[in-house]
Amino acid sequence: MIIGLDVGGTHTDAVLIGNGSILRQVKVATDHCNLFDCVLACLDKVTKDVAPEAIGRAVLSTTLTTNAIAEGKLDKIGVVVSAGPGIDPANFHIGDHYYCVSGSIDHRGREVQPLREREIEEIADIFLTQNIRRAAVISKFSIRNPEHELEMARILGRSCDVVVQGHRLSASLNFPRRIATAWLNAAVQPVHKLFFEAVRDSLKSKGFEIPIYVLKADGGTMSFEASIDAPEQTIFSGPAASVLGALPFASYERDTLVLDIGGTTTDIAVFVNRTPLLEPLGGEVAGRRTLIRALKTRSIALGGDSCVEVIDGDLRIGPHRHGPAMAYGGSFPTPTDALFVLGKALHGDADAARRGLRPVADQLETTLEETAQLVLDLSCGKIIRAAREMIEEINRKPVYTVKELLAGYKVEPSEIVVLGGPAPFLAPRIEKLTGIPTCAVPQWNVANAIGAAMAKNTSTVTLFADTERGLALAPEEEFSREVGKDFDRKTALSLACELLRAKCIKAGASESEIDLEVVEDNQFNMVRDFYTVGRNIRVQVQTRPGLISEYLDFTQSMFNCCVLPDTV
Amino acid sequence: MLSSSEKIGLVFFPAFDWAIEPTHPEREERLLYTQDQVFEEGLLDIEGIVEYKPLIASVEDIRRVHFCVPDELSVTTESHLISAGGAKKIALEVLERNISRGFALVRPPGHHAMRVVHGARGFCNINIEAIMIEYLRQAYGVDRVAIVDTDCHHGDGTQDIYWHDPDTLFISVHQDGRTLYPGTGFTSEYGGPNAAGATINLPLPPHTSEEGFLYVLENAILPILDEFKPELIVNSAGQDNHYSDPITDMHFSAHGYAELTSRLKPDIAVLEGGYSIESALPYMNVGIILALAGMDYSRISEPDYDPDMLRQGPEISRQIKEVVEESLKIWKQGPDMRRKNRREGKLFRRERHIFYDTDRIIEIQRETVRACPECGGMLAIDSQTDRGSRILAVHIPRKACAKCREAGYELYDSTGMEGYNQILLQDRTTDEYFSRK
Repeated sequence: MIIGLDVGGTHTDAVLIGNGSILRQVKVATDHCNLFDCVLACLDKVTKDVAPEAIGRAVLSTTLTTNAIAEGKLDKIGVVVSAGPGIDPANFHIGDHYYCVSGSIDHRGREVQPLREREIEEIADIFLTQNIRRAAVISKFSIRNPEHELEMARILGRSCDVVVQGHRLSASLNFPRRIATAWLNAAVQPVHKLFFEAVRDSLKSKGFEIPIYVLKADGGTMSFEASIDAPEQTIFSGPAASVLGALPFASYERDTLVLDIGGTTTDIAVFVNRTPLLEPLGGEVAGRRTLIRALKTRSIALGGDSCVEVIDGDLRIGPHRHGPAMAYGGSFPTPTDALFVLGKALHGDADAARRGLRPVADQLETTLEETAQLVLDLSCGKIIRAAREMIEEINRKPVYTVKELLAGYKVEPSEIVVLGGPAPFLAPRIEKLTGIPTCAVPQWNVANAIGAAMAKNTSTVTLFADTERGLALAPEEEFSREVGKDFDRKTALSLACELLRAKCIKAGASESEIDLEVVEDNQFNMVRDFYTVGRNIRVQVQTRPGLISEYLDFTQSMFNCCVLPDTV
Repeated sequence: MLSSSEKIGLVFFPAFDWAIEPTHPEREERLLYTQDQVFEEGLLDIEGIVEYKPLIASVEDIRRVHFCVPDELSVTTESHLISAGGAKKIALEVLERNISRGFALVRPPGHHAMRVVHGARGFCNINIEAIMIEYLRQAYGVDRVAIVDTDCHHGDGTQDIYWHDPDTLFISVHQDGRTLYPGTGFTSEYGGPNAAGATINLPLPPHTSEEGFLYVLENAILPILDEFKPELIVNSAGQDNHYSDPITDMHFSAHGYAELTSRLKPDIAVLEGGYSIESALPYMNVGIILALAGMDYSRISEPDYDPDMLRQGPEISRQIKEVVEESLKIWKQGPDMRRKNRREGKLFRRERHIFYDTDRIIEIQRETVRACPECGGMLAIDSQTDRGSRILAVHIPRKACAKCREAGYELYDSTGMEGYNQILLQDRTTDEYFSRK
């Protein structure tokens, strides 16, 4: 049996899955002020009377780090960057303790200007007097040569407990994003560590010594132990759980549009051949672009609880939400109320919904039913427009080889999967408006927790080799090795795969989760004065987001027979 | 997030899977380190810098500019069509006002490709700027265009294409032709009889540094542009004037290039040559992008940049001053020369030998242009190569008068096939292209 738990903005859901079915389902209201009790209560309920040894694992997706950032509940972090020539690094200022120092490394990883030790020692002293115990160090091109970051970390280590190094977090080239990512890593680690240690200890005290996994923003899992060094990966894991929950309803060999229509927002994602698309470099957190691998999602401020009003004769929906639908005791009409008016929704106060939409109908000078139809059409139209924009953006992504440009691959969804409260009612409408077959995920209310429960591990390894410099580097793995002139792409690939396998296992992946995929495989002959002096090799391998294979075959049937939720 | 003061567009197409030959300067590796630098600086994340995918130029796009022998697809690869399509895409976004300026960072280059194309010259097969400009004229009705070619090699292809066009100002600043390929670009080359003075060549002595380039810009290029009043300024932004370039002898720098870009303010910049792929291109391209975007480029420099080592001597400054004075004189005389030349119906002839260094072809051209007070004049080119192919190519310019147009069609219709493999007609007034075999 396995457990999946997803903390959402409004509810926290947990499921217990085993024997090809959902054995238990729990839903509680999320208590953002006391996330720990909320998660524990859910876990208690879902594991009640279950033998600890029968549980294989638990995957948790929480809003912990996301909220910590939103609420500014973060530690003081000292940031030291070494940039050299280029854009003034003062532009990438982050936090209140940001310092730029000398030193520079070029694009091939050669030192251009050494660090000045004195400068960094002085900063270490400042950190000591200001009681800054956590720091992040980032140098430009550190993924081609991490020496300066290592040196800065060594010096700052005299006064700081933890010094995060940029090159360990991502092997992508992007200095400003590396700065933001390192800062986030350092800033959210204490709250992340404290929380999950408490969860683990509490479960342990009840006899549950089960492996705990954490969901990442890219829809993959990592073991709790691995997450201590990469807590930033959990930021904005919110949409990931639901998106994965939609996965069983997507087809192979098709592009699928996923719409998660919630109360306040709608999240849009895309699957290609049943694999969720990722952001090319990383997600955006609190207005900062980062190197945190994340599912490609677009969120629009429109959901079942969005406020419906008429402004200057025009019908408007959202972006604001003023509490629940009137049918559920709210005081402003919403698209959910429109569903009540049309008799599509039950278990609420339909009269209140009609009362709410009446003034809207009057202002539009039409009938109540017509108004309800208009509200739903406008809502669906807005969601479809946002989805189209997102697909256009994906298709605009530049390519850098003649072969790829001529191939001209384009994402063109030929099916739509909808999740969320209004999903069953809106799906036919979306199908009609787009002409694309649309299905609603049954039991949408547990899809997110199921998605979390069954998420598989994702890992990436990037290997860079420069045979003229006689060096192979996998910066994130702290791996470097001298290589000879005969080192080539093939050797690089098998080395990268070896490193990836080890990384997956360290992150808690089981053997069946490790389906290696080559993302980048490039080799350039380096020619100087008409002679080939070496090879420049860039290789990236990964394991893709998806569901663990043991459960994949019967996920669909699982959704069809489902126990009703318990509420705590 | 960092944002730019001007919204600019970039087409970045390094063609990582295309080379002329494995160890040729025009190879896969050329823009690899530029990509690394642009990515690491985070330029593509700057609010206001948009990256576009290149278009693929069509045969029709090429036929507006060139006579390709035996045909368009035989003398190009997909990579050439993408390179020209990259320039076209940027131009289109500028004309649609989606961006205020743009930079096509594409390869292979194009400025050595002339109107008649039998093969590759100076690593160029088709002229990507000319294809872009003629597309803009066709699609958007653009008329007056200025091209400022800052590649270290004389832009002899672009010069040839616009030699007879009084509405296209072509200014090339380059290393003196006595010391570098293609050996042309002297001040005495100032345009055909109907367009005299619309071609301005500024050959600079070897070791010209930042000071010299900016002197030429301030004292010749900018004043001439001011008077010409173009609707559009295109910069053929070759980057081989750099002090570290392996095949040239100039002393220009990344900072100097950014400064030049910021003062020139081109609407569209198109990458041409530049083969110091590690020491120069990464920094020059970052500098140009920041300068176009109106952002601070003062901290862009090469790791080994030392302005004192690069300073030009007084003799070089003196020579540059002379070149500037000479070119200004030609520019001033332009209107007079045109008036004298453009007497109705007179035919001007010239004969040239053209060497295709990349493909090792020798071409002999006999060119005849009809003097015309009203238009660029009907142009006929009789071209044959040492490979044995011979064509007659007739060009009717975009704003051709009725008489020149008639003369063009008459020549096309009345010439017999004897001795010719093909007879071609490019009618820019109707955007049509005809051929007889």
